[in-house]
Amino acid sequence: MANTKEVRKQIASIKSTQKITSAMEMVAASKMKRTQDLMMVGRPYSNKIQEVISHIATSNSEHSHPFYEDRTVKKACFIVVSTDKGLCGGLNINLFKSIVAKAAEFKTNGIDSSFALIGLKASAFFQSVGGEVVATADKLGDQPNPEDLIGLTKVVLDLHKNQDVDEVYLCSNRFVNTMTQQPTITQLIPLPAIEDENLVNTHWDYIYEPEAAELLDGLLTRYIEALIYQAVVENNACEQAAKMIAMKNASENAGDLIKELELLYNNVRQAAITQELSEIVGGAAAV
Amino acid sequence: MSEIKVSVVSSNEEIYSGEAKMVYATGSLGELGIAPGHTPLLTGLAPGPVRLETENGEETFFCSGGFIEIQPNEVTFLADTAERADSLDEAEAIKAQELAQKELSDRDADMDFTKAAAQLAEAAARIKTIQKLRKNK
Repeated sequence: MANTKEVRKQIASIKSTQKITSAMEMVAASKMKRTQDLMMVGRPYSNKIQEVISHIATSNSEHSHPFYEDRTVKKACFIVVSTDKGLCGGLNINLFKSIVAKAAEFKTNGIDSSFALIGLKASAFFQSVGGEVVATADKLGDQPNPEDLIGLTKVVLDLHKNQDVDEVYLCSNRFVNTMTQQPTITQLIPLPAIEDENLVNTHWDYIYEPEAAELLDGLLTRYIEALIYQAVVENNACEQAAKMIAMKNASENAGDLIKELELLYNNVRQAAITQELSEIVGGAAAV
Repeated sequence: MSEIKVSVVSSNEEIYSGEAKMVYATGSLGELGIAPGHTPLLTGLAPGPVRLETENGEETFFCSGGFIEIQPNEVTFLADTAERADSLDEAEAIKAQELAQKELSDRDADMDFTKAAAQLAEAAARIKTIQKLRKNK
């Protein structure tokens, strides 16, 4: 049987771990509020730009942009949004799993995959799994700056422009609520033509100032940047929520463990006392 | 149709959403006056003031570039950054203008010429917005 000193040491070490996890839980809880606010303030812009894009899709434009083109797909690019830090449960790994499954499915259809990675966790994962990485962006912090993502977006869009990549997917976690985060893969290019029903029956087109090509290129690039930024911000909110839940569970588990060990400690102590007593009694009888 | 729906959004907030009788803005090819029933138009947004005539008087915003989408009953401003003109600080704007001018004249320095020119244009547009707003008061 273990001796009392050992058990006591174990209890102390678990208690200090519990202190750390409960502190991290509180930090995550306070950060979660801020990241959720950030996610909310970005919403009106992405909703509006989505509306405009759907208007463009319904217009009978004389100019068709390459982002709407359906090419025969030889290569796909995944933009993967992950966290920089770990300790957030299965958040990242669930997302990576769904991406790897999708890439494997593409492979059987003869489509190659490449990856553009946001966040250190994605870099680490795809380094060990293997896969062609075209761009990375990490250490964006809790308040990501849209400018930090422009480089990565440009690399991917240039690949698409040069016909090196035919389809682009955005992979990130959707924030459903604090308990649930949903890994999702959405298609960015070719842009799914979301049509506005109110406008679909009439034949109309915009007046473009200046040229349609230039304007659409700018606007669609902006749209894709906005989608990626929104995904990063949303993933941040997911990270803090997942971290809070993970740390809460860890603290609870530590509590259970401490309870069990305390029981063991009392048993061991009682056994030691009983043994000592019986030794004394035995000794006295012998004299 | 005497009113047109207007929304001004920037990447980090919704600045304005409501109705207006007339909208004035600076497009990339010049000034625009937008009345209800305007033909569909898509254009760039130049740094400068966006002025709305509403039921309850006038509203002015400052936008630093982006896009304008016009539908007969709706105008959408997708601004890179936008702020209410009331919250613009003239001293700040003048300081930014001076800085940009200095950077422009200081050509040897290791800097991006086009970026400085853009900064200067933005600062100048900011000051113009403030002055216009003053005159109207």
